[in-house]
Amino acid sequence: MGFLDIRNATKAYGNVEVLHRVDIAVEEGEFLVLVGPSGCGKSTLLNMIAGLETVTSGDIAIQGRVINNVHPSKRNIAMVFQSYALYPNMTVAQNITFGLEMHGVPKAERARALEDVAQLLQIDHLLDRKPGQLSGGQRQRVAMGRALVRDPDVFLFDEPLSNLDAKLRVDMRTEIKKLHQKLGRTIVYVTHDQIEAMTLSTRIAVMYGGHVQQLGTPKDIYDAPENVFVATFMGSPAMNVMPAKVRVADGVPHAALADAEGQEVLLRFSQPHLAAWDGRDILLGIRPEAITDPDGADRNSSNIEPLRNRIGVTEPAGADTFVTMTLGGKDAIGRMRADAQVAAGEMFDFAINMEKAIAFDPQTEARIKP
Amino acid sequence: MSVATQDTAVRTGRVTRTFIYVFLLLFALFYLMPLFVMLANSLKPLSEITEGNMMALPKVWTLEPWAKAWSSAQIGVEPTGLRPYFLNSILMVVPAVAISTVLGALNGYVLTKWRFRGDSILFGLLLFSCFIPFQIVLIPMAMVLGKLGLAGSIPGLVLVHVVYGIGFTTLYFRNYYAAFPTELVRAAMIDGAGFFQIFWRIMLPVSGPIAVVSVIWQFTNIWNDFLFGASFGGQSQPMTVALNNLVQSSTGVKEYNVHFAGAILAALPTLLVYIVAGRYFVRGLMAGSVKG
Repeated sequence: MGFLDIRNATKAYGNVEVLHRVDIAVEEGEFLVLVGPSGCGKSTLLNMIAGLETVTSGDIAIQGRVINNVHPSKRNIAMVFQSYALYPNMTVAQNITFGLEMHGVPKAERARALEDVAQLLQIDHLLDRKPGQLSGGQRQRVAMGRALVRDPDVFLFDEPLSNLDAKLRVDMRTEIKKLHQKLGRTIVYVTHDQIEAMTLSTRIAVMYGGHVQQLGTPKDIYDAPENVFVATFMGSPAMNVMPAKVRVADGVPHAALADAEGQEVLLRFSQPHLAAWDGRDILLGIRPEAITDPDGADRNSSNIEPLRNRIGVTEPAGADTFVTMTLGGKDAIGRMRADAQVAAGEMFDFAINMEKAIAFDPQTEARIKP
Repeated sequence: MSVATQDTAVRTGRVTRTFIYVFLLLFALFYLMPLFVMLANSLKPLSEITEGNMMALPKVWTLEPWAKAWSSAQIGVEPTGLRPYFLNSILMVVPAVAISTVLGALNGYVLTKWRFRGDSILFGLLLFSCFIPFQIVLIPMAMVLGKLGLAGSIPGLVLVHVVYGIGFTTLYFRNYYAAFPTELVRAAMIDGAGFFQIFWRIMLPVSGPIAVVSVIWQFTNIWNDFLFGASFGGQSQPMTVALNNLVQSSTGVKEYNVHFAGAILAALPTLLVYIVAGRYFVRGLMAGSVKG
């Protein structure tokens, strides 16, 4: 049993089920990120934890207490909203202490709590201002202050960074992570940004179509995605997924697929269990950073396969140069070092880190496991 | 509104602009003509009017007609002037406007932030009340007021106007609150605020513009109402009914200067409300239609 338990939670509007039997146990101090595209049910799940949406069936419990029918204010949670939801007619100080006031906390105690939070978030100088006079980043801090001051069991964040500009978003991301490390509180955080999910979380739940597709640590999710959806959703640029055939040569399974010229190339797999798929179709997943120039290949990898292929387009991105090529009839992206000598239309010797390659069943789109 | 002049949709040349202003000026003069006639004639002795020149400025300026209209003119059978009726109107209009506005705000709050099954049907029915002609409800309303023991009293008139006003005030507030971010209400819920606390502490403080619209609309309608006043006023008739009695009297000399003064007196409060709060009116009506 976890600190926050979501057991078989289902949400339906009339006959339409939008969330199917979600099961997540969150440990105390964990930073759980719910990530997925729009409409995957992640915000609905968060609102169910907050008590803003009812639970159709199943249970949500905090510290063993089922809170399905407990009013939001009595669940001992705090929420940071996407729009910050600061009360426009109140000063920053009033915004932060409103919840304490509503819970009947004496004035002196409120002032002390306000002072602590203001110092922690470095917003002491803003306390007398109205939200309208604050910048986006400052509003964000105030919204977090309002959550922190309540000292809740669970913090809920609903896409808190999506209204900030790119640079501020990165700064605030670091800030949130620092806060979590410092305070060690339990956090459930909703985002559609997979980078936020990877960087912030201790565990990620990737959601799609009302199902949790995979629940695991960021490393699990990235290196061992359960299915094609998780594989392509997490990571930027997305994982290359292309049709291929398994062919066993010398007792070792290989992926056979067509290069840009239509010639078949063989890439040796590191996973012996794929031999069972000899002659069958699979989907081959290779992350862009596993397709490199030979000098940029991972030295720790036990299985670097050479591939000579024609370059389609090059996209210099400063730190890296991305190269597009045709592989297995699909566009594939590789990630070269910035100074790799690549030119559009020319043949190039790529190095492919097959240790990181993943094979999916083309029917179920699930990862083929031993 | 000074911003609007620098932000017009179409750039206009000097000639066009002059033409527009001349045109508008002519119309303004045309529409101001009746007011001029009323003001000019209310400030001259009756003899100057009966001589036949209504359009001329007074030769002898006098406030006599105003004093007479206010305190000693014959209204019906009593020489009371309009003063007691003015007071009646105030006693009726203030609570009626306040109550209907507060109820409209509450309705709007519930219909947008505490939605329930059938809320749109309820809102539709409330809207429907805006389209019911006054005359249809006179007899049923008279019966209800009689049963409640409020017939012919100011509280009775207040009730009638509140009931009639709720449709409009609800419409205003509902549309205004529809644009109000629901996340704020949710945040307040999590903070532990209850139904009325959210209303008083979160919603009402930002409802200024639409409250002004509601107050102007209700004030003008209730102050200017004649039919309900004449039907249900009894011993406490409002200003409009008294003015009618003053102007329509069929015996004695018709004191046009007093009539003009009385008419202006009757119109003053609404004028005042418009001048004080008018610029919020358009702003409030447009609020929420454009982001920002």
